[in-house]
Amino acid sequence: MKILTGNDLRSGAVTWWNGTGWSLFVDDAVDVGDEAEEILAREEAARRVNVPYAIEATIDAAGHVRPAHIKDRVRALGPTVRRDLGVPTANKTGWDWVI
Amino acid sequence: MYRYDQYDQAMVDARVEEFRDQARRRLEGKLTEDQFKPLRLMNGLYLQLHAYMLRVAIPYGTLDARQMEILADIADKYDRGYGHFTTRQNIQYNWIKLEDCADALADLATVEMHAIQTSGNCIRNISSDHFAGAAADEVVDPRPYAELMRQWSSFHPEFTYLPRKFKIAVIASEKDRAAMRLHDIGVRIVARDGEVGAQFYAGGGMGRTPMIAPLIRDFVPIDQFITYAEACLRVYNRYGRRDNKYKARIKILVHELGAAEYIRQVEEEFAHLLSVGVEPPREELARITAYFAPPAFVDGPKTVDRSDPDFALWVDRNTHRHKHDAYVSAVISLKPAGGIPGDATSEQMRVVARLAREYSFDELRVMHTQNLLLPHVRIADLHAVWTALDEAGLGAPNMDTIEDIIACPGLDYCSLANARSIPLAQRISERFAETGRTEVVGELKLKISGCINACGHHHAGHIGILGVDKKGTENYQISLGGSEAEDVSLAKITGPGFDEDGVIAAVEKVTDIYLATRADGERFLDTYRRIGMEPFKEALYG
Repeated sequence: MKILTGNDLRSGAVTWWNGTGWSLFVDDAVDVGDEAEEILAREEAARRVNVPYAIEATIDAAGHVRPAHIKDRVRALGPTVRRDLGVPTANKTGWDWVI
Repeated sequence: MYRYDQYDQAMVDARVEEFRDQARRRLEGKLTEDQFKPLRLMNGLYLQLHAYMLRVAIPYGTLDARQMEILADIADKYDRGYGHFTTRQNIQYNWIKLEDCADALADLATVEMHAIQTSGNCIRNISSDHFAGAAADEVVDPRPYAELMRQWSSFHPEFTYLPRKFKIAVIASEKDRAAMRLHDIGVRIVARDGEVGAQFYAGGGMGRTPMIAPLIRDFVPIDQFITYAEACLRVYNRYGRRDNKYKARIKILVHELGAAEYIRQVEEEFAHLLSVGVEPPREELARITAYFAPPAFVDGPKTVDRSDPDFALWVDRNTHRHKHDAYVSAVISLKPAGGIPGDATSEQMRVVARLAREYSFDELRVMHTQNLLLPHVRIADLHAVWTALDEAGLGAPNMDTIEDIIACPGLDYCSLANARSIPLAQRISERFAETGRTEVVGELKLKISGCINACGHHHAGHIGILGVDKKGTENYQISLGGSEAEDVSLAKITGPGFDEDGVIAAVEKVTDIYLATRADGERFLDTYRRIGMEPFKEALYG
């Protein structure tokens, strides 16, 4: 699947396109199919997201969204060495899948 | 230390308000990210993996207690209660919000600090010997010369858009504690026949094409010092490549022209500039130098009570000889076993500030090794200082040991990184601390970078580790034999890389070979240079 991610303009926080807006939680990300470019252009122009881009991802057996590249998996939860600073409720499934 | 004059303060204050307006326009949509990015970078604001990151300049690594307290306040007010001290003697905040950034810069300006020229293709923060002003072996305090260069290079209209970023280090001793020859320009202040002057090296650097800077002039009279630097930069600015960012650093120009031709062109430009007259007046250097007058040292005990073995070990490991024999410089380790190299909490920063005020003439230093330093501590006060540091988790006795690891932020924070650096540093320091091998191994400088840009100085590590992306997984190459010191050398890769567990084991194997083969008094680096790569390769891959 193809999902969209970027950073919040004001705070810089990592965000994920959930179909209607931008969520802090990677599990909210939705498959955008071939609409990526259109959504990215529209959302960035409206300043609802900063430097967004499309990435490949999968959904695991439990329904969790898993970005394909390690860099985006780290972005999804926060620094692996400061788990106390990670996205608060996004790590319900633990950190094992990140690395 | 240097204090801003009215012009310095006015420039910094104006820059804060300029950035406040730029950020406002970005948030209102009047600037696109493409328009805003170069503006925020000129003010040290990056967009990193998880958030905006603000890099604050600490000129030649010198600051006072008041400044450290403001750095702590910024960590609490605008970030998440900590900061990260870097290999260029700066501090970085990892979670700054764009909407707060101008306020953070305004707070910095109240203590004569800023984030200007901590990014972009300009002359960056001038770095120096962290023991400057205290070291027994320095010719003079190099910081007045570094400060003169800071003033010359700040907002220099000709050097705001160089082909690539430009890093300068200034030292004043034979010992190199600032990786001077791994900078775009390295300056060593020297004395010849009673006259102070400057040795210039140009074209060094790490990154994807590591090079050691050749000597380009053995002696520049100090009243022509800035003129010569200007000539070096002019030649680079004119002929440095702008078509390929990977070949745009001055090291490529010096290498491709050859040092002799680069020198010829610099000398030609230098002669021209001398006729123009760009050197600041001598009075300006004298004015700056007055700010760096030595503190009022007093005599006192020259030895410590060594009955507490933990204290004695810390004294042996973490103190450095001072020019006054009743004092030492005390290294504050930001490398507790299993910790994150260079990170300090706001509370730790405040403890350090208090100790600086009480015990070190209100002076602090940031070391390029990602530690802090109290430059002037009376030997009589050492136990009190150590006790306070230890209580704050800052008393690790590990300077220059395998636990004193330089590690870049790596893939945990950096958008450029291919692999994580910090977890390796944590595991290695923990492993060696647990097994008690740190003391057995002695001096061993281990440096870890999470990508080829080499912010973790892996090329200069006695043992260097470079993280790479191998088909989507982290992989780590080991290199051996590097040094950033006066015996400068570039490390050589041992062979194929390892996964995370494998590289930890590999570091242990490498140290096993060292321990089994070292001669009396040899450091790891000495043994490597004597026996060469083969025994280590055999242990790793045989």
